[in-house]
Amino acid sequence: MRTATIGVIALVLSFGALTAAHASEEAHWPMDPMKPNLGDKPSLQHGLKLFANYCMGCHSLKYQRWERTADDLEIPHDLLLSNVVFSGAPIGSLMTNAMPTEAAKSWFGAAPPDLSTEARLRGPEWIYNYLRTFYVDESRPLGVNNKVFPNVGMPHALLELQGTPIETCKQLPKMKDGYELRDPLIPGKAITEERCGVLDVVPGTGQLTAAEYDKAVYDIVNFLAYVAEPSRIQREHLGVYVLLFLVILYVFAALLGREYGKEIH
Amino acid sequence: MAAHTESRVPAMWGRFMTWIDRRFPATETYEFHASKYYAPKNFNFLYFFGSIALFVLVMQILTGIWLTMSYVPSGAEAFASVERTIMRDVDFGWLIRYLHTTGGSAFFIVVYVHMFRGLLYGSYREPRELLWLIGMAIFLAMMAEGFFGYLLPWGNMSFWAAQVIVSLFGAIPWIGPDLAQWIRGDFNVSEITLNRFFALHVVALPLVLIGLVFVHIVALHHVGSNNPDGIDIKKNKNADGIPKDGIPFHPYYTIGHDLPAIIGFLFVFCLVAFYLPDMGGYFIEKPNFEEANPMKTPEHIAPVWYYTPFYAMLRAATFPLLGVDAKFWGLVVMAAAIAMPAVLPWLDKSPVKSMRYKGRISKVMLTLFVLSFFILGYLGTIPPSPTSTATAQVCTMLYFAYFVLMPWYTRVETTKPVPERVTMR
Repeated sequence: MRTATIGVIALVLSFGALTAAHASEEAHWPMDPMKPNLGDKPSLQHGLKLFANYCMGCHSLKYQRWERTADDLEIPHDLLLSNVVFSGAPIGSLMTNAMPTEAAKSWFGAAPPDLSTEARLRGPEWIYNYLRTFYVDESRPLGVNNKVFPNVGMPHALLELQGTPIETCKQLPKMKDGYELRDPLIPGKAITEERCGVLDVVPGTGQLTAAEYDKAVYDIVNFLAYVAEPSRIQREHLGVYVLLFLVILYVFAALLGREYGKEIH
Repeated sequence: MAAHTESRVPAMWGRFMTWIDRRFPATETYEFHASKYYAPKNFNFLYFFGSIALFVLVMQILTGIWLTMSYVPSGAEAFASVERTIMRDVDFGWLIRYLHTTGGSAFFIVVYVHMFRGLLYGSYREPRELLWLIGMAIFLAMMAEGFFGYLLPWGNMSFWAAQVIVSLFGAIPWIGPDLAQWIRGDFNVSEITLNRFFALHVVALPLVLIGLVFVHIVALHHVGSNNPDGIDIKKNKNADGIPKDGIPFHPYYTIGHDLPAIIGFLFVFCLVAFYLPDMGGYFIEKPNFEEANPMKTPEHIAPVWYYTPFYAMLRAATFPLLGVDAKFWGLVVMAAAIAMPAVLPWLDKSPVKSMRYKGRISKVMLTLFVLSFFILGYLGTIPPSPTSTATAQVCTMLYFAYFVLMPWYTRVETTKPVPERVTMR
């Protein structure tokens, strides 16, 4: 019995150690959190606008239709057709583009993927950090590299918005357990250390400030999160009623069941 | 006037049923399987899971029929028919798909609990050996059904999981490579494979499953249900020949017991289907949101969670033996692990059936067995490392020890006396 207990404990411990070891393998770049908000219609509309302007030349959303997008994002059909649908396609058509797949392969090394389900494939957080970690790298064919997706074949499509991002060394607050360390002698002063491999934007090169750029990327990713599962709003809305119905049904079924139970001795 | 109608309707119904019964054993069948099938009165919550499994099977068949209406089994269209037509264009297509994907995982959860109940109360013991074997056949058919169905969305994990599993057959000496090619119908997993898996998933295996479930229930109602005490209630009958500890299955279990249970199950089920349909990548794996691509291997290929305990055992075999590849021995270990429960009726030598009256070693062995099954299940989902492989090897030994040592430990341990009549606790 004692041996068995020790065995069980050893098993549970090794299980814990494994889980911890597995978790540490995954950290590459410190990811900033990104939580989509599908209720934020202005954000989704802005995301669609940016996506159509900066992304759609290469990336299609071939499983999604313009009409569905317009209806879900509360955009009037004619407004969408005249301002966003550049191909003159009818409202019911799929959100494709004119990029020839074979030619794209030779231009970029791989055809730009369709992004309909990208937010469910890699997660919104991944895309959010990916679009914010391009940096100048002359060794790459397109002159840029990426921290989240090293050696990616995609150019920095949002360069004119962000400005020129470079990899640099910077004085940054020293961190311990997620908190900035403070100088014990000078109140409020952070203890800093030089860290290399961090990203910075060359001042005056972009149309947007750092905060505005983050918001623009957030909106694009929010839109992609919507496109990846457009039924999500309906799903979460309908779920409440289904669960409520089941609770009420359960109460009556349980009361009926109890009546039958009384007859068993 | 009212009284007149009341007396006439039952009379008409009686005449109608007499007409039917002379031509088809309707009343007889109903009584044998429901209203006069006497089940032990001491069932606990673990006995819900048989009924729930049947419910899930029906749900899978219904949602499957509706999915088939919009799904296109072709290499070029399969992924699009799921992601575009079903998930976006068809009204409530997303709901039907999520009910089906969640149903697939729920089916295995429910059946694993149902099987655990069998282990716990010795439901496989004489005279229920055949019932148990039919159950094992259902489990095998379910595993095949799940495997074939998993290829159909034609996502990248679908493709690569099929590629890996079929290639396992290639490890069998002599016939392996030809066998794998015969299963695929091609040199690689392709549209040909997709088409035959579709045929097997929507026609062949559902037929097999329905047939097996039917004989499972017929066998059960022939020998009668076991119960948490493992006592034969047919030994104690009243003057009418009805077991004293039995109650009619219908309505006492159908409505009194199983209906609330099924609604409770549905609540949890819908909570997942509506709010966590991909279960963080366990019910619908992330690489499956990308179309099948033979040129792009996912970073880490893992089967869906319900196969991972067996997959971990397959990977635990790491050394060649008798001049044959380790991969082949992995396949042997996995096949043995799946088939092992089938011989349980002949391994258990205990004088008692239920864990309530078995000795301490049985309890420890079952606990270790369940623990190792869970740990193996987790290990099967992560990329292999030296630690994980070593742990998987220990757990595989524990898994098999439960079976292999059973003839010994069930004989030597001290059991508790079994009461004459069932206990309500």
